[in-house]
Amino acid sequence: MIQSGGAPQISRVGAGFDDLAGAHLTRGRMLAIVSALAALTAAAALIATAFGSVHISLERALFDPASPDHVIFVAARLPRVMMGIAVGAVLASVGAALQALVRNPLAEGGILGISGGSAFGAILALVFASRIGAGQSVVPIFAFAAALLSTLAVYRIAQVDGQLEPFTLLLVGVIFNAFWGAAIMLVNSVVNLYYAHTILFWLMGSLEAPTWREVAVVSGLGAAGFAVLMSKARDLNLLSLGDETAAELGVEINALRRNIFIATSLMIGAAVSVSGIISFVGLIVPHVLRLAFGSDHRLLLPASLLGGAAFMVLADLAARVVIAPAEIPVGAITALCGGPFFIYMLRRQERGPFAL
Amino acid sequence: MNPAPPNPPAVRADQIHAGYAAADVLRGISLNVEPGQVFAIVGPNGSGKSTLLRVLAGAMRRRGGTVEICGRPLESYDRRALAKVVATVAQENQVAFRFTVLEIVLMGRAPHLGAFRFEGRADLEIAREALAHFDLLEFAHRHVEELSGGERKRVFLARALAQQPRVVMLDEPTAFLDLRHVAGIFARFRELAAERAMAVIATMHDLNAAAAYADRLMLLKDGVAVATGTPLDVLTEENLRRVYELEVYVGRNPSTGTLAILPAGRPPERA
Repeated sequence: MIQSGGAPQISRVGAGFDDLAGAHLTRGRMLAIVSALAALTAAAALIATAFGSVHISLERALFDPASPDHVIFVAARLPRVMMGIAVGAVLASVGAALQALVRNPLAEGGILGISGGSAFGAILALVFASRIGAGQSVVPIFAFAAALLSTLAVYRIAQVDGQLEPFTLLLVGVIFNAFWGAAIMLVNSVVNLYYAHTILFWLMGSLEAPTWREVAVVSGLGAAGFAVLMSKARDLNLLSLGDETAAELGVEINALRRNIFIATSLMIGAAVSVSGIISFVGLIVPHVLRLAFGSDHRLLLPASLLGGAAFMVLADLAARVVIAPAEIPVGAITALCGGPFFIYMLRRQERGPFAL
Repeated sequence: MNPAPPNPPAVRADQIHAGYAAADVLRGISLNVEPGQVFAIVGPNGSGKSTLLRVLAGAMRRRGGTVEICGRPLESYDRRALAKVVATVAQENQVAFRFTVLEIVLMGRAPHLGAFRFEGRADLEIAREALAHFDLLEFAHRHVEELSGGERKRVFLARALAQQPRVVMLDEPTAFLDLRHVAGIFARFRELAAERAMAVIATMHDLNAAAAYADRLMLLKDGVAVATGTPLDVLTEENLRRVYELEVYVGRNPSTGTLAILPAGRPPERA
């Protein structure tokens, strides 16, 4: 309800909002960008399915069920690309949400040591749960629980007098990373060779040989977690103004924090339990998208979901073909891109609180 | 309890006690702010001004006493309901990511929208009006971090206005701003308060600004209200001497007729 007697500009309001166009997110703009990114992701997936260490004919793969091309396509390529989509989508959207929560663009599951904790939980489950006959299905549960514990610990420890200092947060993350890495190596040194290979795979991060069941688990848990994040997108925007101001704009801060902790831990746990620690995806993707499309999380979250999927699928394609027929773990590729990128962002952040 | 009278005070506080840890910061503060009034809270550093504002805004728990907003107990509002009625602007404001000026101002609409609804025409009109009130229309596309301190402050004030509150609470709204901004911002809030029957409560260090723009004010010392009333009643030489422990001269601004307050007596000799 507009009150009368304000500034003279008010009389022109009915004429439209040309002067404000492009200064904020509209539904149309959001749909256009999300559609474009969805097309990009689909294109990346298509390319990644078509190429690999072995050449296959798409025609035979699709229409000749008896051909080896078909077997490679359905049993190897397709689940792997689907897994890349799911894991990339999870890591990037979790990165965007964690960055909003801690108000720091350098936050990410891998950097904060949450993925490492999750991997440790997954390894414990793998090595010990199978001995008590619990089977493989407890791995994602342990990965989730360990991710949640890691998140809470990092968040608590990094807080000084109720404030999250950016560099304290990163330092705590580095320490957690090192700690979980050491814990994993410790387990590695006491188990047999069969487990040792799996543990190495978790440390490096790889999308090697996923099953359709694993694809379904990551997609399902990822989608559930993402739905929670999306429902909090507006609250995450308000959080950029600080906890107290966000609360004064109607955000229930503690409930929001709890929801984001649980949703992101669930998502990281799911991704880590199948692909290990893949770092920096959650850092690079939201950063680039924020620069391109702005910081409104109603767009940034779905854009990161799609952008992360495309990025991961292409990174994994590189992992498969660069030294084919051998493979580079995809986590090594993202880390090789992400390390220098992280340092570049760190340098920029030093210049001022607003520099991104 | 009797039903609320037809025009309850915008803010009513009775015997507020509050503090941090072992320290009592507020001791028995009572006040009454009517719709349309500009109410200033003045006093020396550490007298409890910001704490009082935070208690009134529901940002800080009190140890005793009652607060009513628009005739209802503060506790009867949930966070979002309160945000529709009370807007607060902190002394210092941060923005963690790159947002445009319009995006920040539209955040003031959040309590009125659900989790999913996009801002509609009405919200854009309200945001544009808020921008216009603080001469920010031409800045709508700019990113907040590119603006000067004074411009940035106006963005947050415009955001509070876009909330369409019944009560605005401002913590040192003109700290770090130059003379022109101080005058402009207070004059604008006086107009808006009268126009919208909106109560404005502001903590202020600048006694001259408080004298010029506040309808009523409260002078705090050590968490106790030394005097409450019109500038003429409160800002007397005797009250100010007691509170600031300093000889003070109170005269009139010859061009506006409002009170003018200056330190009196010689500054201490330099050794």
